[in-house]
Amino acid sequence: MIEARNVSRRYGDTLVVDDVTLKLPERGVTSIIGPNGAGKSTLLSMVSRLLPLSSGTVLVDGMDVARTPGDALARRLAILRQDNAVTSRLTVRDLVTFGRYPHSKGRPTVEDRAFVEGALHHLGLEPIAHRFLDELSGGQRQRAFVAMVLCQDTHYVLLDEPLNSLDMKHAVAMMKELRRAADTLGRCVVLVLHDLNYASCYSDHVIAMRGGRVAFQGTPDELMRPDVLRDIYGMDIGIHLVEGKRIAVHYR
Amino acid sequence: MSTRSPDSPPLPEAAFARSESVARPAKGGPLPLLVLAGLAVLGLAGTSLLIGVSHVSWDALLAPSEHQRAVQVLVISRVPRTLALVLAGMSLSVAGLIMQMLARNRFVEPFTAGTAESASLGLLAVTLLAPGLPILARTAVAAGFAMAGTALFLLILRRIPLRSALVVPVVGLVLGAIFDAATTFFAYRFSLLQSLMAWTTGDFSSVLRGRYELLWGAFVLTVVAYVVADRFTVAGMGEAFTTNLGLSHPRIVALGLAIVAMVTAVVVATVGMIPFIGLVVPNVVSLMVGDNARRSIPWVAVLGAGFVLLCDIVGRVVRQPYEIPVGTVAGVVGSLVFLHLLLRRNDRVG
Repeated sequence: MIEARNVSRRYGDTLVVDDVTLKLPERGVTSIIGPNGAGKSTLLSMVSRLLPLSSGTVLVDGMDVARTPGDALARRLAILRQDNAVTSRLTVRDLVTFGRYPHSKGRPTVEDRAFVEGALHHLGLEPIAHRFLDELSGGQRQRAFVAMVLCQDTHYVLLDEPLNSLDMKHAVAMMKELRRAADTLGRCVVLVLHDLNYASCYSDHVIAMRGGRVAFQGTPDELMRPDVLRDIYGMDIGIHLVEGKRIAVHYR
Repeated sequence: MSTRSPDSPPLPEAAFARSESVARPAKGGPLPLLVLAGLAVLGLAGTSLLIGVSHVSWDALLAPSEHQRAVQVLVISRVPRTLALVLAGMSLSVAGLIMQMLARNRFVEPFTAGTAESASLGLLAVTLLAPGLPILARTAVAAGFAMAGTALFLLILRRIPLRSALVVPVVGLVLGAIFDAATTFFAYRFSLLQSLMAWTTGDFSSVLRGRYELLWGAFVLTVVAYVVADRFTVAGMGEAFTTNLGLSHPRIVALGLAIVAMVTAVVVATVGMIPFIGLVVPNVVSLMVGDNARRSIPWVAVLGAGFVLLCDIVGRVVRQPYEIPVGTVAGVVGSLVFLHLLLRRNDRVG
């Protein structure tokens, strides 16, 4: 269980995350949505101890992230941030193998190798496994990073905008892969998403943020209503039932 | 958790495209190539032993009339010089690689980050304030200065909002120039400009038995760097990446800083500065085998030794019987290679 208690983050005079108290569901796919600057990424970074909290506590399975040894957390929780500027020339396979570091400490066993090959396979990276990251397209690189994080084999998988720079086909495949991780492996997948319709179609639970606070929590069906969305985004968004799913039309 | 089988069934939809362009095979440094490079460096080392004013050759070593003199030259001067070249080349190149990973910038090395300049400021301080200290203690003080100077460099980097790839080495050069100015001022006031020259110009002509052994310490540090290579690779991917994998980024930086500072101090104290080697060698190796330090450190070490040996041989041969300091040759050759790399880097896919 991931639990945030009265978590705040301040940059100078600005409160980016404002006294958030939250329990994330133990299993399934949870999406965090909301307008730019709502504090989604900041919250995710604090939950995963990448960013210190200005106040409050985050507990992962009862462990305080500010005090728990880094390597213990790294076997329980994996995080992928939004900006993954690559300055190193690593091959895709090397990168994914580093996902095993918390388990192997740099000496991958046969079992670790199997995890690496599995992750490469599931994200369709086998044909480019030997290529250097700086020679890939943005989407290929994004998939390589997600493969690495999945290879870390943690119960909690936190991804900040995993659909960044993916085309439609790869975006759908990515969401299916994350769904599979939640359904067949029982993981807790937490995503920051910008596309409401992916959140609607693939998540079990949605958290909406606005102005540093949690504005809404519930199922996708409860979220996908014009009045709820107007509250969150401050615009009129039409909702249509398409193939049994609620689809937002926000292009007009 | 880790007992679970990793190979769960593939997606029925075969979701991900297999249409990725089939790429060229991995450019890489397979082991045999590394062994060949090692042999070539051994050949250079052998050549280095036989060059010099005093005639030393296999014939001379075996001829009874010249035997004693040749062996003496070999043991007291030639072997120490060649060993010093190899050790300095290896350790400086690996130090450059570590700096590049810690700063996440390809254009930094101990001589573009203020490390070498602060080391020579440290040496000057020792010479002025405690002239009687043994070489080991002097080097330790220089290492302390080097560590402080480099830490200051990394601290300034953190404060710079626009971390353009080229601003980073400029900051280092500015910082180095400030240290250098202070050093030169005091050296001038205390008539120590001569000694200063010895630290700032890499020169192996005065290496004799008993005056280079400290460089073995730099070699040990290089081996340590290889042992913990994975940590440097991880740190090179950034702080968030490192934290996610459960490692402490500040601790890796501190360890790398200590290695770089000590290596630089030892080299500056024993043979003087050799510019560009820490820049050129890791960049060439990065193009060849990539940046996984576990794989690249052996290459960097071997090619670093080869580069310095070659520069030294050139410096000894072109104006025989005089010598051009290795620092000068390395500066000329290194800057040309580096310019080439700089222009070449741009035409890779972004």
